[in-house]
This record gives sequence, structure tokens and C-alpha cells, in this order.
Amino acid sequence: MMNHSMKNQDINLASGTMITGKWHGKSYQVIKCLGSGAQGTVYLAHSPAGRVAVKFSKDRSQATTEVNVLKELQKVQGEPLGPSLYDVDDWVARGRNISFYAMEYIRGLPLVEYLKVKGFDWACILMIQLLKDLERLHREGWIFGDLKPENLIVSEPGFRIRWLDVGGVTLIGRSVKEYTEFFDRGYWGFGHRKADPQYDLFAAAMILVYAAGRKRFEKQQDSKKQLLEYIKNHKRLSSLQTVLNKAITGKYTRAKDMRDELLQQINETSSPQTRYYNKPVKPSRKMQQKRRRRKRGWMAMLVLGVFAAGLYILYLKLYVM
Amino acid sequence: MKKGTLKQILLITDGCSNQGEDPAAMAALAKEQGIAVNVIGVIHDHQSDDSGIREIEDIALAGGGISQIVHTKQLSQTVQMVTRQAMTQTIKGVINQELQNILGDHETMEDLPPEKRGKVMEVVDELGETVDLEVCILVDTSASMKSKLPTVQEALLDLSISLNSRMGNNQFCLYSFPGKRHATNKLMAWTPQIDSISSVFTKLASGGITPTGPAIREAIQTFSKTSRRSFLSDDESFYEESGY
Ligand SMILES: Nc1ncnc2c1ncn2[C@@H]1O[C@H](COP(=O)(O)OP(=O)(O)OP(=O)(O)O)[C@@H](O)[C@H]1O
Repeated sequence: MMNHSMKNQDINLASGTMITGKWHGKSYQVIKCLGSGAQGTVYLAHSPAGRVAVKFSKDRSQATTEVNVLKELQKVQGEPLGPSLYDVDDWVARGRNISFYAMEYIRGLPLVEYLKVKGFDWACILMIQLLKDLERLHREGWIFGDLKPENLIVSEPGFRIRWLDVGGVTLIGRSVKEYTEFFDRGYWGFGHRKADPQYDLFAAAMILVYAAGRKRFEKQQDSKKQLLEYIKNHKRLSSLQTVLNKAITGKYTRAKDMRDELLQQINETSSPQTRYYNKPVKPSRKMQQKRRRRKRGWMAMLVLGVFAAGLYILYLKLYVM
Repeated sequence: MKKGTLKQILLITDGCSNQGEDPAAMAALAKEQGIAVNVIGVIHDHQSDDSGIREIEDIALAGGGISQIVHTKQLSQTVQMVTRQAMTQTIKGVINQELQNILGDHETMEDLPPEKRGKVMEVVDELGETVDLEVCILVDTSASMKSKLPTVQEALLDLSISLNSRMGNNQFCLYSFPGKRHATNKLMAWTPQIDSISSVFTKLASGGITPTGPAIREAIQTFSKTSRRSFLSDDESFYEESGY
């Protein structure tokens, strides 16, 4: 019955369940559930090709859309953008056709969890990685759409940000169908929902806003002003204010521009938060006192600046480039 | 395939009609004329399974549309999601009909191998993006809905942002019920954009009656006045019944 398409039963598979595709005949053995969301459930499974993630969607057309997107992403040269797609098939169980697809299993920590344990500095580094991938996607004529921490994972080893849920990927010029209010330009009153690179860059900025306060909040009367004020007054965000404001107001037409400016901003800012990476060179007590007296002693600035810059270059070399 | 106009009635109510025809029957009447009826049930936090919810589901079933029960807070996203899904559903119905014409009796999109299904889905998406859409929005403004109207208003503005981001054209009109002399009360005539409704909900008649059935009947009338070709022919079998 069509009316219940939004409320289909959840699929619930025991570990060990064998799943065989009706069209391609490949078999998968369920290991465990990786997670479930509004759209479906994802299982870790054994396959002849090794461990894979198998997604069962509640809505079959949603599954088809996601598969179409994964196929498109696979055509993009370079590091994979979404999980690689292995197989698409139907499983006949209890007289029902259940469609599923098998994809690369990405081991790692969901970004939401990652942000809980790591500092804001990491959020910025991951954002720089993300912007690089977005630039590649945008150049192919697509945007991510529903960009939010839940759809991103920090893969291990290597701490590289990867995309999980690509159901929102949209051709530039079309309308964004899947979005999440806090990360949505339309919700905050900063523009329409027609897919353009700016739409993603707005969401990217909001991921940093979320990461800084580790919370989402609701809009109030004058939502635009509220958001810009929040950034201005937030201790972690104020140093990135220029970049964030530009992203939020749609001034960046390319992810690369935002990435370059964010990178530069992070390189230049040695905020108290960035210093804790730098334990060994923490200035002595005496030095701190002196610094405090002179507001910002240039020596300390220089030492810290050099170390922070050195460290960042190292990070960028290792994880971003 | 010729591209026509998708027609929808979007009913926002908290259920429990108490006057006039059975709303489900009126929804079925709409469906017969190529108009899908979607229902969003806005419920109170403590309201649980009752006849109101049943009525909401029945209207959508009879009207070939989608129903969704929400708490006031999630209204915005739900309104756009329901409208979208209903569009996709109608388009898929039409495409399945075409497939049956080509492939024989019982073939639907779901019987195709995954690769072909992907191709068909691209066509569905393409149509969903480019087809013209007419939505007649019917808002229940009976007394019990009063506290929810600011949120309803916001949700409708949001719907307008979403739909106007599509490539196809949109027409909206807005009616509240109960009206003074008729079942409904016209708040906004057909217009491509909802951007000026901030004041419309202020002039409300909040009486004790909820004539949902008659309201749907009047909503159907608004469509014939726009004299547009329907996306659906008068053949109701376009709505296929497989569950997905
Ligand atoms: N390729 C993958 N590798 C590892 N884990 C995955 C993979 N795909 C999904 N998961 C896990 O399964 C969870 C649910 O997946 P996904 O977000 O795709 O489901 P969904 O139902 O579409 O969710 P949503 O409600 O966000 O749309 C994810 O949060 C993630 O933890």
C-alpha cells in the first residue's frame, strides 16, 4: 500500500543470515548491523570478495537513486568519493522482493563521534580534506546536498574523511530534495534549494559551527542575524569569521576558494586551542607571565607561530594533501 | 511521454471531521479526476492512536496520496517530503503504466533488473524535477489547530522555497476551513509563489465545526478553474499498488 511507503517495517537480520541476490546470484553472510537510519539499515557482511557493507532500503526508489549516484561517483578520477559499489540486487525473502546493494565497508569513526573526542582543530583539518573532495564533485557537475556529520565518517587508518550516505547528491541546477534543517541554507533564510556549489559550502560552514559548539540549535526570529552573531561571538569560531561568513552568504562559488582561505586562516591563527598540540614547547611559567604583562610578547608569538606552522605543515602533508 | 501538470491537494489537519460528506469519499472523487490527496496530520503530543489518525490515513489511501502524522515541530520538513514523495509516486504510476503497455501485463518498474531500474529511476527523477505542479493547500483552522498555525505558515513558506528550487513551474493556492459561508475560505488564489501569507492566518473563524469532506470537494473545484491538462488521464489504474 503506497500510503505506508514512509512507514515500512524495518528489516532485522540475525547474524549468520545468508542473502543471495536474485539477478546476479552473489551471496552475502550477515556479520552484524552497522547502523540504521530513516532510509534503511546497513549490515556488515562476508562476501567472496571480502567484507562489505550491505544496505537494505525501506524505499526501493531511494535505493535506486543512491545506486545511480554511487555509479556516477565511481567515474570521478582520483581517490574514491563515496564507498565503492560492488553489487546491486534483489533478495527474495518471505515472498517479498527486498532490494539491496553491496558497497565498500569503510572502517572508521563516524564524524559525530570523532568530533566528540577530538578537538575543534581536527574539525578544521577534516574540513580542509572535505572541501578538496567537494571541489572534485562540483567540477563533475554535482553537489553533495545533505551534507552533515552523520553522513561522513573518518576512516581508519589514515584519518581521512569519507562520504557515507550519498542519497542527497544532486545535479547542479536541480532542486535539493534531501536536507537537514540545521545545515540547510533554505532553513536559515540564506537562499533557495537549487543545487549550486554554494549550497554545499553553506553546509560545510555549518559543520564547523556544529563542531565548535557540539550542538545544533534552532533558528529564531531574525535567523540570518542570529547565525552571524553566533559565529562572531563564539570563541572558537570568531577567528574563522571571515571564511564562515563568506561561505554562509554564498560568496564562494568554488570549494577550492573556501579551502584556500580556510587553510590560510588556520595557518595564521595560533589560538589557545591550537597550542595544546604543542605540549613540548609550552612556554615556561615565567614566559607566560611576561607575555600576559605585555599582552602578546612577540617572542612567544614567534616561537609558537613557528611551531604551530611546522606542525600544521606536517599534518597537512600527512593527512590532507 | 507528454508532460502535463501534476495536481495535488495538500490537507493539513488534526483529524476528526464532523460535518458533511465523508472526507475519504471526497478524496476518492479527487483521485478520479487526477488529483492526488495528501494529508498531514498534526497531532498533539499526548494524542495517540485514535479515530483522527485513522481518518487521516483513510483520506490519503482513498485519494491516492501519502499521509504522515507529525508533531508540530517537524512540520516543515514533512510538508516538503510528503509533497515530493507524492509527486514521485504519481510519476512512477504513470511510468509503470507505460511499461505495462510496452512490456505486457504485469511488468512494473520493480520487476526490472537493477540496471534497467536505475535507468527508469533517472527518468522519474527528471520528470519530478521538470514537471509542472499545482498544489491546493487546505488548512484546517478549527479551534484545536489554532496554536499550530504559525508553524503551518512557516512550513508552507518552506515548501515554496523547496518547490520553487525545481525547474518545473508551480502554482499554489491556499484555502482554510471552516469558512464563513462555504466550507472553505479562500486565503490565496493560484500563484506561483507563497511569500505573502504572513497575514492570511489572522482572520480565522474558529468555530466548532470541521467540514473536511466538503472542503476537499471545494478544493477539487479550484482545479477545473485553472483549465490545465492533467498529468494523469482519467484512468485511475495509473496508481500501481505494489508496495515500496
Ligand atoms: N559503507 C559503509 N561502511 C561502514 N559503515 C557504513 C557504511 N554505510 C553505512 N554505514 C553505517 O550505517 C549507518 C546508516 O547508514 P546510512 O546513513 O546510509 O543509512 P540511512 O538509513 O540512509 O540514514 P539516514 O537516516 O541518515 O539517511 C551509518 O551511520 C554508518 O554508521
